Amino acid sequence: MATAQAATRTVPGPPGKGPLAALRDRPVLAKILSLLVIAAVAVPLAHARWGGGVWPGALTVDLSGPLGDVNDWIIGNRDSHPLFLYFFGHISNAVVLSVRGVYLALLALGWAGVTAVAALVAWRTAGWRLALTAGASFLVCGLLGMWVPTMQTLALMVVAVLASVVLGLLLGLAGGLSERTFRVLRPVLDTMQVLPAFAYLLPVVLIFGIGVPGAVLATVVYAAPPMARLTALGLRGADAGVMEAVTSLGATGRQRLLSARLPLARKELLLGLNQTIMMALSMAVIASVIGAGGLGDRVYQALSSVDVGAALAAGIPIVLLAVVLDRTTEAAGRKIGTEPTGPAVLRGARGWALAALAAAAVAVVGRFTGGRVWPEGGIVAIAGPVNTAKDWMVDHLYTGIPVIGGTADWAAHFTSWILNPLRSGLQGLPWWSVLLIVAALAWTIGTWRTALTAVLAMAAIGVLGVWDLSMDTLSQVIAAVAVTLVLGFGIAVGAARSRRLERVLRPVLDVFQTMPQFVYLIPVVALFGVGRAPAAAAAVVYALPAVVRITTQGLRGVDPAAMECARSLGATSGQQLRQVQIPLARPALLLAVNQGVVLVLAVVIIGGLVGSGALGYEVVFGLAQGDLATGLVAGAAIVCLGLMLDRVTQPTARRQRKES
Amino acid sequence: MARTRTRARLRTSAIVASAGALLAVTGCGAADMTKQASPFAAPADIKTVTLSVQSWVGAQANVAVAQKILEDELGYRVDLVQTDEVPAWDALSQGRVDAMLEDWGHPDQEKLYVKDKKTIVSGGDLGVTGHIGWYVPKYWADEHPDVTNWKNLDRYADELRTAESGDKGQLMDGSPSYVTNDKALVKNLGLDYKVVFAGSEAAQITQMQQFAKEKKPFLSYWYQPQWLFNEVPMVEVKLPEYSDACAAKAPADIDCAYPTTPLQKYLNADFSKRGGDAAAFLKKFHWSEKDQNEVSEMIASERLSPDEAAGRWIEKHPGTWKKWLDR
Repeated sequence: MATAQAATRTVPGPPGKGPLAALRDRPVLAKILSLLVIAAVAVPLAHARWGGGVWPGALTVDLSGPLGDVNDWIIGNRDSHPLFLYFFGHISNAVVLSVRGVYLALLALGWAGVTAVAALVAWRTAGWRLALTAGASFLVCGLLGMWVPTMQTLALMVVAVLASVVLGLLLGLAGGLSERTFRVLRPVLDTMQVLPAFAYLLPVVLIFGIGVPGAVLATVVYAAPPMARLTALGLRGADAGVMEAVTSLGATGRQRLLSARLPLARKELLLGLNQTIMMALSMAVIASVIGAGGLGDRVYQALSSVDVGAALAAGIPIVLLAVVLDRTTEAAGRKIGTEPTGPAVLRGARGWALAALAAAAVAVVGRFTGGRVWPEGGIVAIAGPVNTAKDWMVDHLYTGIPVIGGTADWAAHFTSWILNPLRSGLQGLPWWSVLLIVAALAWTIGTWRTALTAVLAMAAIGVLGVWDLSMDTLSQVIAAVAVTLVLGFGIAVGAARSRRLERVLRPVLDVFQTMPQFVYLIPVVALFGVGRAPAAAAAVVYALPAVVRITTQGLRGVDPAAMECARSLGATSGQQLRQVQIPLARPALLLAVNQGVVLVLAVVIIGGLVGSGALGYEVVFGLAQGDLATGLVAGAAIVCLGLMLDRVTQPTARRQRKES
Repeated sequence: MARTRTRARLRTSAIVASAGALLAVTGCGAADMTKQASPFAAPADIKTVTLSVQSWVGAQANVAVAQKILEDELGYRVDLVQTDEVPAWDALSQGRVDAMLEDWGHPDQEKLYVKDKKTIVSGGDLGVTGHIGWYVPKYWADEHPDVTNWKNLDRYADELRTAESGDKGQLMDGSPSYVTNDKALVKNLGLDYKVVFAGSEAAQITQMQQFAKEKKPFLSYWYQPQWLFNEVPMVEVKLPEYSDACAAKAPADIDCAYPTTPLQKYLNADFSKRGGDAAAFLKKFHWSEKDQNEVSEMIASERLSPDEAAGRWIEKHPGTWKKWLDR
């Protein structure tokens, strides 16, 4: 394998041509050379004009004035301006009314009714095993004493997910049917997803005030992009042959859309729904910062009295909701196109009617026997034992373990040996060299377009006047991503080899991925102290599952023939891994790197809450002090960092997308 | 022709109908942004009060006791909304929240909402006096009594070094929602310290508890009244004396201690007028630091639920709270 690759790489250009032709065969070298030429001209000019070091003051724009004015205008006119009276006010009312409607309906069903509905829906879409899980999950929510908050969160989720799906479908339709709209839409969707949720909580709060309307709208902004993206993808990927046939039958545009394109895209649509639900749930806790109520609020309140046990009691229902909703929609997606099974009575509409009847019966019986709200006596208090366990763990791991040292020592070493040099290195680099490095990285693995986007994003950070803070954040992101990748690849290699390990890992990864980060903030601080190290730890916990999953899948997906071949040639298992599996799984590994970066960046704000400083702190500060200028500028800088890192780490997917 | 026209008509009527439905649902005409309750508030004909809770435990204690009395004695249903102070002012003016029981002094907001817009009214003193300062643990101050004066702080900078503060001493600050001049103070007093922001009160408390467990020295921005003093006794470091002239300087030039603030209650103006028993009660709510700490300690240290903690306090101190109900 390796020799064959090397051979193709060293094939020289056709004889008799000059060095330019040779360069054409080695595009990377050509790109680097032309970049060097540009740099040789531009750098001395820039250096003479603005100097090296940090971003020059002459090239920054101070937005605090205008943003402050916007802030004041909104507060001054919120109660009287027609824009608020006739537009935002009605949106706000509509959200409140719909959430209230769903909430009252859930309460009216009672705990028995809700549990039955959940179990029966899960049974119809995914079979009896998941039905058991769903039923049990709702009972656990009640047992933990979280029934009412769970219903509040569920009501909020139902409305937010419905709104996201409608908005996503509309955007996706527009993008799927028109190439131009798609091109305009893509950067918008990118931005909506990379923008840290905290950054737009602030404008949303300014306009709608704290409470449910703002929370729902912030959730929609965050959760609609995957739906839009996947809808567009599904519509664009419709089989050309089928479309041709439908057109030749004389179908109108609308008929073609409704009878062919949308049904063909069902799988993508369901995947979009699945993603939207997961994103919306992950906002449940963040939205509690602006008074959304429900489970998120319980987690947040427990946090303020440093009560990990209580936070966990409210966090578990979020995890359970996520697991149940994820598995149900996933199963529904898998079932599409397969033949119905089971006895005839239970198929199709008749099965659903039966399920509805059963649910109604349970609800009525439940109302008459148990009442609407979970009984006070049926609550298991887990907060005490959890806190004891956490205290024990902290007492024994914090410091003074022989040889390996305690977690506090690791944190200190990580900060002073890795984070500090990295930060001073990045902050010490002249600003133009950072731009050059970004350009070189993005261009070598992508096109000149991706390189340009990356460089412009980086320059925007400078222009916004937060260069130093952004370099600080960047150093934290790089360090956390490195740790995530080392751990993630290690675990994934193990999981790819042993099905049993993979099975054991799956629920653990689920919990890591869906547990609200607020829950593990306190344990993380208790173990690693205040600062950038606990922030990095929280980021690793959050990003690890995705990296492990993608890498495992990539390594597993390697062509068995190639593995067999290597084995028969007598390769040791280490050689197989290094020389066959890893090279062949390259696309998956790159995707894992990219996801690692994006997810770590998503925790930057949470890091601000445990002392990571830099951009994360600024965004949290903006929200706490109602300071639109600070919060929004820092948020914009995080978006730019995200865009840059995405472009620098993920060229292949983009190229493939262009080809398709 | 005819078919397309019917279809067009159908479509228009559908649009008109849905627009009409939206208006009918949301109420015709203007929507008042200042009158929107929470969707989770109790169903009709139950009296409700919405209180804002801030992230520190003292604020939770006020609210827990007020909630319990409102519910048990006056028959209200109480909704809680957790927010930082500045957003809480915003919410008060919009009527999303009826009252805030502990404000640490926000002159800008006071001027805008109380004096100019008149959407918020003062609810009087809480009875608790707040004070912000720099604190060191008692076990450390006992060994080095001179550490309690800012002039000697530089001598101890080495002992307070952490990975985060580099070659300087660490002065730990808390949540971004707190009023702080610490960066200016360190600069203007020429101290060899670096301000490290814990980012949230929870993180700060956890770190202090951890230091205390190991009897390690630390220097932290902290405030009174606070339950943590009962668990980790701390001594205040003397800063240059507070004066109004110094407080009036630009934020970057401040070089004196923090003031002592009688904590204030604020009510939504409309609620204050029409809030009936609840508004009258909240205006009279007035207790001491000792009372507040007693409840806070039960919540944060003994890990009782706020409701239980308030219940115990109410049982023990009928003389205090019965007065708040007198008309």
